[in-house]
This record gives sequence, C-alpha cells and structure tokens, in this order.
Amino acid sequence: MSYVAKSPWIIHYDGSSCNGCDIEVLACLTPMYDVERFGIVNTGNPKHADVFLITGAVNERNKGVIKQIYDQMPEPKVVVAVGICACSGGIWEECYNILGGTDKVIPVDCYVPGCAARPEAIIDGVVAGLGVLAEKRARMEKGLDPEGKDEAAPEAAVGAPEGTEASEAEKEA
Amino acid sequence: MSKRTIIPFGPQHPVLPEPVHLDLVIEDEKVVEAIPSIGFIHRGLEKLVEKKEYTEMVYVIERICGICSFGHGWGCVGAIEGAMGIEVPQRADYLRTIWHELSRVHSHLLWLGLLADGFGFESLFNHCWRVREAVLDIFEETTGGRVIFSVCTVGGVRKDIDNATLRAISQKLEEIKKETQKLTGVFINDTSVKNRLCGVGYLSKEDATELCTVGPMARASGIVQDIRLTGNGVYDEIGFEPCVETAGDCWARCKVRIDEIYASINMIQTAIDKIPDTEIAVPVKGNFSGEFALRMEQPRGEAFYYAKGFDEPTKFMERMRVRTPTNMNIPAMVKTLQGCDLADVPMNILTIDPCISCTER
Repeated sequence: MSYVAKSPWIIHYDGSSCNGCDIEVLACLTPMYDVERFGIVNTGNPKHADVFLITGAVNERNKGVIKQIYDQMPEPKVVVAVGICACSGGIWEECYNILGGTDKVIPVDCYVPGCAARPEAIIDGVVAGLGVLAEKRARMEKGLDPEGKDEAAPEAAVGAPEGTEASEAEKEA
Repeated sequence: MSKRTIIPFGPQHPVLPEPVHLDLVIEDEKVVEAIPSIGFIHRGLEKLVEKKEYTEMVYVIERICGICSFGHGWGCVGAIEGAMGIEVPQRADYLRTIWHELSRVHSHLLWLGLLADGFGFESLFNHCWRVREAVLDIFEETTGGRVIFSVCTVGGVRKDIDNATLRAISQKLEEIKKETQKLTGVFINDTSVKNRLCGVGYLSKEDATELCTVGPMARASGIVQDIRLTGNGVYDEIGFEPCVETAGDCWARCKVRIDEIYASINMIQTAIDKIPDTEIAVPVKGNFSGEFALRMEQPRGEAFYYAKGFDEPTKFMERMRVRTPTNMNIPAMVKTLQGCDLADVPMNILTIDPCISCTER
C-alpha cells in the first residue's frame, strides 16, 4: 500500500446491476471494511473522482451515461469493473437489452469478478487500480498520454490527446 | 407567478446508489411536478425463460435484486411448485421463512442507513450498516453467500441449518436486537431527525388506496395490507401481526420499517423454537407444465409471480412474469413529491424504499 500517497476518491455508478454489488461497494465504506482509513472517499461528483467503480452490464439506455461520467473525470483515471456482469455481462449476456461488459464502452483497467463481488475482492480490485493510477500519473508527469495512446507516435501526441479524445466522443455521440 | 425551472435528478445521484431519472419542475423552492423516466437498468430477464430451464430460471429470478434476492427466489420456486403440484417438506418451509425474514431485517437496516445518509447523519448511517453486517454473517454462515444465496430450489432448499446453529442464530439475533434498539431510538425520538421526517411527504389513506400503494408505504398510511397474512410460508404458525401506522408521512414509513425489524426478529426466534425435523427437499423430476400465480411480501411490499408452461410439458416455461413492489409505489412517490420543498425530495424518494433494479428487471 506504499503507493497510496494521495487520497483516491471513487465514484460509483450502477450500470444495470441487481444491487448486490452496489451494496457490497457501500459495505466497503462502512465500519466493517472501512476503506476511509486509506483516504478512499465515495463522491457523487465525477470531476472529483480518480477511480470509477462500475457495477452491472451495459445496456442501450445507460451506455451514454457511463461514457459521460468517464469523460467528465479528470486525468489520470482508473476504471474498475465490479462483479461478473460488469466484467462480461454475466448471466445477462444473452438478454436482448444487454450489450456486454463495461469494456464495450470505456476502457477498463481492473476486473473484479464474483456474483456478488465480495467487499474483500472489491478492495483488492481498487488497490490494484491504484497501482495503475500511479503508473498513469507517472506517464503524465513525463508529458505522455496517461492511457498510453501515444505509444506509436510520442512526439505528435503531446498536448494533443484532449482534442482528439473530444472529437472522437462527438463522432460516437 | 414565479418562473418555472426544471432540475434534473439522476441517473447518477449521490442520494441513491441506483439510477433513476426525475425531472423536477420547480417554482421557487416548491416542486410542482415530478416526471420520472426509467429504463436505465432494464435487462429483459423475463425473456431468458426461452434459454434457461425452469430449474435454472430460479437463479436468474433471484438476481432481479440483490437486496431481496431470497424473496424473489422463493416467489419463483413457489410459482413453479404450485404449477407442478409439489408439496414442500415442513422444515424447508420453516427455513425459507427464516431466511426471508432475515432478508427483511438486513434490507430494513440497510434502508435505515441510506435514510440517515439522505438527511446527512453520516455516523448513524455507518452504525446501521455495522449492525447489518451481523445479519450478513448469519447468511454467510448458513448459505455461503452474503447477498445472493441460491439456496432456494424447486422442491425445497439446498442447504440445511443444524439445530445447534439455529439456536446460536437465535442468540445472535438477541444481540442484534439490542444494538438496533440503540439506533432506532434516534430515528423515532431525535428532534433534528423528526424535523426532517415528520409531516414530510404526507400520503392520505384514500390516496394510498387510489394509487395501489403496497408494503410499508401502504401500512404507514393506515392500510392493513400484508401478503404474509394470506400467502405461503409458515406465518400462521409463528405469530405474525402486520405493523401499521396512520400518520402517512416519512416518519410513519420509518416507524413501520423499524417495527418490522423487531417483528421479524421475534418471528425468526419463534420459528427456530418450532422448527420440525423433516427432510429439506423432495426430488423433482420431469418437465414443467401448468400455470400458477403467487403473491409474496417482500421487504418493499407485495410482489407477484406468474409461471406458465407450454401445452406440451417441456424443460422450459412459456412465460415467467414478476411484478415488483417499487413499480407499484412510484405513482405514490410522484404524488408525495408534488408540492414538497426541493430539500425534501431525497426524503420523499428514499422513504418508498425504491428498488430500481426490481422495477426494471
């Protein structure tokens, strides 16, 4: 845990989960597991958040919401998919309204399987995510793109990723 | 007349972990109208009957909601057993009742915590969830799962609880009761809590009847309606009495749920004293046929399950339909939101105990 130099704030969004993983995410914040002792705070504001916890599979109605929350979060950011539904669609994979796991709309850094994912597993996932966050921060400090999009052409990408990302999002919307 | 403004509420909102969207039409600080729009968690799981066999469908229906998952599983197997004419052993019925009532205790403690969080009492929220963990420990010990158990199966239950463990659970519940009493006193008597709850979100008995309200929401408005009076389970043997209040405001809804926690604990203890030593499941063979409808009292109110087989018995059902309690309470929520202060909107929404993943399935 030595790399938790800063207080990582999380934002939680319920994709199309059954509440099972959501209440386990909340259980992490309450006295039994108490992640607040590591400075982890649940925030309602995407602009304050470093870690995006998403539960449940993606459907037609909420894919825009997930994308929007992700785009509003400042760099560097980490996405943790909590529960098997968020990882792959789980038992809902065959449902007509389900597109699949979170990675169908936004890049995912950590996967926490389980139905429902246990609080210990969620904490493990977030801690692994914090390692990724530290790497991304280090990349940013070197002037590189945190998501590693500029790996092919490092010179061209510096200073440009914000603009290219926005135009990509507009095209998809 | 002042200018009207529309404030969007949700789908991502700190008050509710679940996504629901409301357009609140505001005039000064008063809500004139609330327009709900839903569909963010719609999965279309009822259509999975085409792909899952009737015995597998139980585990799908159980995952409608992670808070009242046991009740949903029971409702589904109840409908299947009814259609196929299966008699469940007595001990299985008792065990189902015990798990279902434990679910109610955990659900109401969870809700009390969310309510405390809603009116800004952070430490009370944490204490409610601390007590709730003791109930989850019982679940973990007896079923292996904390929120999704998968112990209910067609013909009975998959796991037995031995009598020594049952007695230990009974004692543990006594401690949970004592811990809960320390907390519920704050909800019922504390002046600042009462300022947020008393007189807020009033729903008259007539309106509650008119809008087909169910569960604690209806009982807080003075309607004596509880499916446990008539439904399945062993409630007639363990001294069930519905908890009813007449004030019809947020405080009354809170009081009904608090009373239900104690009533459920008492019922579980009585059931543990009376549980007979029989088999826990009967073997189920053959294909599904027939048709059956069943009502269950979930922590949030009346839920309805309907199972129908094809004319030719097959492994698959033709239709499985579930109607959930929050679905029925949304019109009442919209009614209580009309004319309330903007600051009271979270209280009005929370006190129906919304479960959006039940509603949208």
